[in-house]
Amino acid sequence: MLAFTIRRLLQAILVMLVVALIAFTLFRYVGDPVNQMVGVETSAEEREALRERLGLNAPVMVQFARFIGHAALFDFGTSYQFKQPVADMIGKRLPATLELSLVSALLALLVGIPMGVYTGLNRDSALSKFFLSVSLIGISLPTFLIGILLIFVFSVNLQWLPSFGRGEVVQIGWWSTGLLTTSGLKALVLPAITLGLFQMTLIMRLVRAEMLEVIRTDYIKFARARGLPDRIVHFRHALKNTLVPVITIAGLQLGTIIAFAIITETVFQWPGMGLLFLQAVQNVDIPIMAAYLMLIAFLFVVINLIVDILYFLVDPRLRAERAVH
Amino acid sequence: MSEHPLLSVRDLKVDFPTRRGTLKAIDGISFDIARGEILGVVGESGAGKSLTGSAIIGLLEPPGRISGGEVRLKGDRIDNLPAKAMRHIRGKRIGMIFQDPLTSLNPLFTIGEQIVETIMAHLPVSEREARERAVHLLDEVGIPAASQRLGAYPHQFSGGMRQRVVIALALCAEPELVIADEPTTALDVSVQAQIIRLLKRICRDHGASVMLITHDMGVIAETCDRVAVMYSGRIAEIGPVADVVRAPRHPYTIGLMGAIPTLDATEDRLTQIPGSMPRLDAIPSGCAFNPRCAHVFARCRQERPEPIDVGSSKVACWLAEEDGSRTIVDKKKADQLS
Ligand SMILES: Nc1ncnc2c1ncn2[C@@H]1O[C@H](COP(=O)(O)OP(=O)(O)OP(=O)(O)O)[C@@H](O)[C@H]1O
Ligand SMILES: [Mg+2]
Repeated sequence: MLAFTIRRLLQAILVMLVVALIAFTLFRYVGDPVNQMVGVETSAEEREALRERLGLNAPVMVQFARFIGHAALFDFGTSYQFKQPVADMIGKRLPATLELSLVSALLALLVGIPMGVYTGLNRDSALSKFFLSVSLIGISLPTFLIGILLIFVFSVNLQWLPSFGRGEVVQIGWWSTGLLTTSGLKALVLPAITLGLFQMTLIMRLVRAEMLEVIRTDYIKFARARGLPDRIVHFRHALKNTLVPVITIAGLQLGTIIAFAIITETVFQWPGMGLLFLQAVQNVDIPIMAAYLMLIAFLFVVINLIVDILYFLVDPRLRAERAVH
Repeated sequence: MSEHPLLSVRDLKVDFPTRRGTLKAIDGISFDIARGEILGVVGESGAGKSLTGSAIIGLLEPPGRISGGEVRLKGDRIDNLPAKAMRHIRGKRIGMIFQDPLTSLNPLFTIGEQIVETIMAHLPVSEREARERAVHLLDEVGIPAASQRLGAYPHQFSGGMRQRVVIALALCAEPELVIADEPTTALDVSVQAQIIRLLKRICRDHGASVMLITHDMGVIAETCDRVAVMYSGRIAEIGPVADVVRAPRHPYTIGLMGAIPTLDATEDRLTQIPGSMPRLDAIPSGCAFNPRCAHVFARCRQERPEPIDVGSSKVACWLAEEDGSRTIVDKKKADQLS
């Protein structure tokens, strides 16, 4: 277990280094950082002084090392456009994106798994067929269209829920949360559904397929033959065996949710990182783009690590132990 | 009033409705199992042995269904019970052991968890008592250091050990009948005999009857009290092991006996039966065995023989009816002499 964790950590660090290299290249070679920071009227000497101060004259390897050193401390320099430290800007936006993503992911899991179990166990029921048909819509409609449809129905026509923004937020330390106010929660509903719908249908279909497979195994037959109640056979014996693939996909999907929040955030004008990133792209605000890239990569790596550790907890066969005869 | 046999199966039929018509996988079989008795069930692959077991315990997989006949446990019908009542019979009154010990245990739970949950599903005991019982059972089936192995996972046991755990699981709520479906086929030859002996001993100790499904006539001869020979969803011959093995009457049984080597093989041993069992959608009219039978005559192709009493056996063969007192082997010899 320990050796495994260490190996995975080393792999994670390697991945982060590669991403850092890309971010660094972006930062250093897409346009001239100095040109982005100063006005047209700045003299050549002033530019040279700034260049020296920023360390842009040092050898590339040294610059890269410095970049990594700073990145490790979440220091990504100053935004070209807003003239504020990038770390602060992201720090302000991060809670909005993470709350939206986590709520979407929870929604996808809490609805998707039971629906998958149900449709797997009751293949031929009318409700199963209904779920499956609806899930086709979830899979085939693009996110922005779902968002716009939801806004049209629930905000414009019914006027139940707000169509944009995050509602009122409460500050807890540096973290701003919308989960503690009614308007914040209301504002969360439509974006969370929009963002989570695709993952929900995906998880439902995955759990269903796994369930159909597991239900046919010998150990499920034997569990039935021992007279265990259906509840235990289905939710203890069968469901746990579907979890390994579900954890994998759910983990990967959480990363995707965070990354793809960009679209949902745009549709709902959600003040998260995705929106910030899009603005940064429009303004060629390289430090923000680099920081965003690193952050998303970091989240992916962390999620993957957690997924690997969950495997160990779920499946005893992976815990290295010798068979005893 | 005569006492009911433990298990009584009468004219049991199992169908598989398909698009191209209904397949009759089990077509009217009847047999009893007495208390404490071990009934062997043999027959070629596809004869319907496993289906018979599944039908008794109420675990036919749809679209398979019981389409006729009845199953009685100590006189009470169990083939038409609601799901919940049937669940209380499974495990508690009828235990089942499947072929493959490697896949019968859930890989994600310790064997302790699996035994304890089964005991607690059927008996009014606390978790502690259930654990004690589990240790005792594991000890009984010959798992060394049983109390320390409760927390072990199935993959930490060898195949033979796993099958012992499976036997403990099937017996943990003291069932009156154990259906063992080829319990040793997947095991190493060296442990097969051990497991069969263990099964026999432990069922005797717990007073459980056994329905032992197997391909191995040797196992039948050594272990069982009576044996049923199945062919194409029907019972060809059923009777005390001594009679069926030593003096088989149905040509199919004779063929099966010919397939196992015997020490006193002085007589003209029949070689392997030619041909193969018919598919379910192409069962010939009359006796299903007639295309492969060396003694076939006109009646066999038209009328289906029902099992009739021959000594203490029942044989479904027209020859047995015509010549009830003599075995076919005798008849054949007589043919040769004349
Ligand atoms: N789901 C099904 N649909 C159609 N036919 C089936 C189905 N399940 C079993 N059968 C048929 O029922 C017959 C009896 O099957 P069964 O499994 O009882 O055979 P068996 O005697 O146990 O054979 P084996 O020795 O191979 O285990 C076979 O011909 C099989 O093809
Ligand atoms: Mg079988």
